[in-house]
Amino acid sequence: MTDLYQAQRAMRNMRRAAMQRGVIAILDVGTSKIACLVLRFDGPEEGREDGLGSLAGQSQFRIIGAATTMSRGIRFGEIDAMQETERAIRTAVQAAQKMANVRVDHVIACLSGAFPRSYGLAGEIPLDGAQVSEQDIGRVLAACDVPDFGQGREVLHAHPVNFSLDHRSGLADPRGHVGQRLSVDMHLLTVDTGAIQNLLYCIKRCDLELAGLASSAYVSGISSLVEDEQELGAACIDMGGGSTGVSVFIKKHMIFADSVRMGGDHVTSDISKGLQVPLATAERIKTFHGGVVATGMDDREMIGIGADSGDWEKDSRKVSRAELIGIMRPRVEEILEEVREMLDVAGFDQLPSRQIVLTGGASQIPGLDGLAARILGRNVRLGRPLRVQGLPQAATGPGFASSVGLCLFAAHPQDEWWDFEIPADRYPARSLRRAMKWFKDNW
Amino acid sequence: MQSLRAEPRLTRAPRATTAAASAERRAAAPRNDPAPSRLSYRLERLRLTPGFHSALRVWLPVFVLGVSVALWFSSEDHRADVAAKYAQIKEQVQNRPEFMVALMQVDGASPAVDGAVRKVMPMALPVSSFKLDLEAMRAQMEQIDAVKSAELRVQSGGILRVNITERVPVVIWRSDAGMELLDDTGHRVATLLSREGRADLPLIAGQGAETHVPEAMAILSALTPVMKRVRGLVYMGERRWDVVLDRDQRILLPEKDPVVAAERAMALNGAQDLLGRDVVDVDLRNAARPTLRLTPTALAELRQKQSGQATQTKVAGQ
Repeated sequence: MTDLYQAQRAMRNMRRAAMQRGVIAILDVGTSKIACLVLRFDGPEEGREDGLGSLAGQSQFRIIGAATTMSRGIRFGEIDAMQETERAIRTAVQAAQKMANVRVDHVIACLSGAFPRSYGLAGEIPLDGAQVSEQDIGRVLAACDVPDFGQGREVLHAHPVNFSLDHRSGLADPRGHVGQRLSVDMHLLTVDTGAIQNLLYCIKRCDLELAGLASSAYVSGISSLVEDEQELGAACIDMGGGSTGVSVFIKKHMIFADSVRMGGDHVTSDISKGLQVPLATAERIKTFHGGVVATGMDDREMIGIGADSGDWEKDSRKVSRAELIGIMRPRVEEILEEVREMLDVAGFDQLPSRQIVLTGGASQIPGLDGLAARILGRNVRLGRPLRVQGLPQAATGPGFASSVGLCLFAAHPQDEWWDFEIPADRYPARSLRRAMKWFKDNW
Repeated sequence: MQSLRAEPRLTRAPRATTAAASAERRAAAPRNDPAPSRLSYRLERLRLTPGFHSALRVWLPVFVLGVSVALWFSSEDHRADVAAKYAQIKEQVQNRPEFMVALMQVDGASPAVDGAVRKVMPMALPVSSFKLDLEAMRAQMEQIDAVKSAELRVQSGGILRVNITERVPVVIWRSDAGMELLDDTGHRVATLLSREGRADLPLIAGQGAETHVPEAMAILSALTPVMKRVRGLVYMGERRWDVVLDRDQRILLPEKDPVVAAERAMALNGAQDLLGRDVVDVDLRNAARPTLRLTPTALAELRQKQSGQATQTKVAGQ
């Protein structure tokens, strides 16, 4: 864990360096596509009279290069064939670089699979009536009792969600307050080490420096939940190709994330098996004619399946849209049932506002919101990512929620564990910082 | 319904080694793979590196050119060759007929001065105008006493035009060495062999007279009414002027304001014909007390007249 802790600190420094150079790339490694956006940071815009910024303060960066490529060698949001993935990443990065006409060295990546697991942590330290200092926050974060999440797991996110001082809870920033006991609630997200190492290796093979790593469920929540949903409690369901990410937000912090290892690709493969067509044809049929709610009209709407086997009977097959929906719907229902189980586990029904936002490429199936409302609850809407400057029209759909979320993550990362000071007693015994603390304590 | 076409034969050999397997997998990859190769990816990134493009397009050729020129010039023979070639081309250009000066035309000079001026030309005509140092030639011409100023100009058609302004002699200065003509600033113009050569010019003499020519000219202009009688001016004791008239008369002028004194003498002369009388010296050195010195005969006559007058007055007084 310490390794990744140090690595995360190093990545934060890398991100700062990239911000100073003004160019950073984000890389969304998904199961069905790999998107690479190149951001240019122009520094904060000039302040307006009313103190607000345009685009909710997101206008300090601009997308100058965007490229998408079909991803290869990725299953369930995890890298399956390293060479293929590396080539796909190279394709996307080169195309984005070419569009931006600038070289990018730093990249922030996200991944959707890798078995994310959420933990709620609590830590408490005595203060003895002193003011809360930066050091105290470092100490209280260090005092959290870390659960045993087992071998082969790495911490991907560690957000301090809530600070409380004595009987007062819900403090966002307790620095300067005076109290007896400081306690913190932290949300820890761990993922499988192997998946991360594979991704790191692929990015390193592309001569890129990793300036940040995020969970795709988290970043698509950032981009597709509006501010009041993030504040009052909402779940973002990012239906991707190989996995469906679930993230729950309240008070602008993620408190739960998980992923279902099923997605749009499984629907396609069901169609492929059910209609006995190749995957490419199945994908095409799903995109053009797919749906989850059958009506009487659908019985009469015949879809030509086609094939080029040379057999006239096989090549001129037709299927009604109702049949197609009959194939797709059980799988979509299965995904949503799994999501519902996860939300139940996370205690989503305890939140004040139980808004559910569907996003991701697979959320574009017509009629999905009605089906989801029946399974998950009433407050379901389809979400699209925030509009950011310079984003091409082709990349504004719900399939790019995590790409846009990564842009926002790159511009304004939320404070994580590694952004705070390391408590002095964790330093090596001969550290200068430790000597400084001894002086401060004794004089 | 069975297809009539035969099944494709198995063309691939069964897998033998892992190396062969990987080669086969590479061959089996789709031919229109959009992924750039690792090399082309790196080259593309290099191309996009800031400054790389300009370095390749500008600085690399400049560097190669500079190094090759420096290497070529490092040989002594090459440097000598270049210098010789340069000198030859320069010579060729300078000797083109457009730049040759074939004629020297001297304006405003008397025949004697003309000859002296022509001697200044250092080399035989025709000569390239690049080789003529006009400034030095002008300085050399102005060294000639009779030349006040010279103006040299190379005109089109290969003519070197020299405009000479000669000094005009205004006075003859007689010294122990002989007689010399001076212009109005006191600069020597020429040597005069006999006074009759320039009988029209007034004469000055005395040590230091040549340095006070303007003052002498002012005095002389004041003496216009008696100009026919003026023999010359003598500078006395390097401080003041004497006007020498014929009949050995002298007008002694003061150090200060000699012109005013001369005008005063002329006024006296005009009113009472002072200089026509039997006077040797008119001493105006002290402005408050002008003094006359009479010839001995005149003085005796004056005494005699004064005594007779005295007895008459005495008689009248009685």
